[in-house]
Amino acid sequence: MIHWLLEPFQHPFNQRAIVAALLIGFTNGYASAFVVLKKSALKVGSLSHALLPGIAVAILVAGLNDWSVFLGSLIAALLIGLGSLAVSRGSRLDQDSALAILYTAAFSGGIILLRRIGVAQEMEGWLFGNIMGLRDGDLWSNFWISCGALGVLTALHRPLLMTLFDAEVAATLGVPVRALNYLLLAVLIVVLISSLQAVGCMLALGLLVTPAATVYLLTDSTNAMFWGGSLLGGLAAAFAVLAGWWLNIEQGPAIVLVLGVGFLLAFLFSPKYGLLRRVPAPGW
Amino acid sequence: MTHLTHDSCAHCGHHHELRVEDLQVCYRELNALQDVSFATSCGACVALIGPNGAGKSTLLKAIAGLLPIAAGRIWWRGTKVAKWSREIAYLPQRENVDWQFPITVRGVVRMGRYPQAGWWRPFSRADEAAIERAIGLMGLTELAERQISQLSGGQQQRVFLARALAQEAHVLLLDEPFTGLDRNSKAALATTLRNLTEEGRLVIASHHDMATVRDIYDEVLLLKRRAIAFGPVAGVFTEAGLVATFGALPAAGKEVA
Repeated sequence: MIHWLLEPFQHPFNQRAIVAALLIGFTNGYASAFVVLKKSALKVGSLSHALLPGIAVAILVAGLNDWSVFLGSLIAALLIGLGSLAVSRGSRLDQDSALAILYTAAFSGGIILLRRIGVAQEMEGWLFGNIMGLRDGDLWSNFWISCGALGVLTALHRPLLMTLFDAEVAATLGVPVRALNYLLLAVLIVVLISSLQAVGCMLALGLLVTPAATVYLLTDSTNAMFWGGSLLGGLAAAFAVLAGWWLNIEQGPAIVLVLGVGFLLAFLFSPKYGLLRRVPAPGW
Repeated sequence: MTHLTHDSCAHCGHHHELRVEDLQVCYRELNALQDVSFATSCGACVALIGPNGAGKSTLLKAIAGLLPIAAGRIWWRGTKVAKWSREIAYLPQRENVDWQFPITVRGVVRMGRYPQAGWWRPFSRADEAAIERAIGLMGLTELAERQISQLSGGQQQRVFLARALAQEAHVLLLDEPFTGLDRNSKAALATTLRNLTEEGRLVIASHHDMATVRDIYDEVLLLKRRAIAFGPVAGVFTEAGLVATFGALPAAGKEVA
């Protein structure tokens, strides 16, 4: 039994996967507070799908390496995000519809392209993650991405929070609301890319929404949402990697499933906002 | 009844003037406001009165620096208002605020101090003192750690006023502050606005309840896409003025939607 429990810690690829899960879960958990407070989960979800065609084109043009995948997916998500803005401004269509059209079309193109350039066996990894396949270099690039994203979000915490609470009031206090909104979206895209290897672009959204959403049902404190989301994201992801090894299930879906179960528990049993909270008895 | 003197006005012998000249504001190609001119100063409580879509919110936002000005000028204390100013505080309509946001009363009031503290600097002792003073002045000390959805409408309005006080604003722009409040909260808010005015601030609020205009305000701006009339309540808030603004006489005591 003890051997079974400790076994995952003995293999280097498992140790890497656990460290990566902690790192990626922590960063995504922190950033997820912004997604939840901005109420933009679906937009971020669309952008996570937009990463795939960028990966395909990058592999086609520059071959498979860390930087081609990072830059390719970043550019694709930015192009599709800004493209949807251009379409909605230049026509009578709303931005959500424009975004849906662009990202599904690009996603389809990405799938067709990925199959043609002979990396079909890796397709599942790009879609659902392959955290066991991480190399040391991946771990380092994830580390730097996490540092950068956390640094920017922490440095701009005050103006970002004001923008999320009330953009108009923030503007009357001298906050450059529009620039910050673009910057926030760019940082969120980078965070999505960092979680590609862990959970893939289909599941990345779960990691970038669920942690803070769960804490949101448990607390009224903004700080708790950020740091609680980070801790929950990191610990849940690491636990899921271990559980995946013990129970022989895929780690990427396991991470998102563990987070989802955590959310369900908070939804039902949160002392303050849970469905089954003790409703005060009516006075008589 | 004596009032604390509004510190920023106390040491200046003269009044602080807000002057709007031939203001025109456009939404896309539509003229939301044009030919709006008036001048008022610190120590006045001004009501914006007009039918829905008359441009009351637009005017408030333009003075707050939230909307681009198509033509005309806004002067505050002799300088042109082009963008935001710490001295001008804008209080949104209550229904436009996300009350479920995980933030406490104190958290909202602290936001008023961000212009002074900047994006990174920790709050100084002066900042903390201003925050506590603002919370105390608005009678929110007991409620400071409450999440903002767990407040009554009148208390929520006072949270935003406290934020404006922490900001040390001279001009308070309120978008329909009385809408949705019960009778007692309305009376309390009216007293608060009177106090803030008498301390030397300039209060400008859009207002719907015709019955209370005379009790709360000193001056009235009648608005219907353009300025119909501006001046002291007695001279402007008349039957003729209201007919010119609404097309018919709004029934006294009723909220005009």
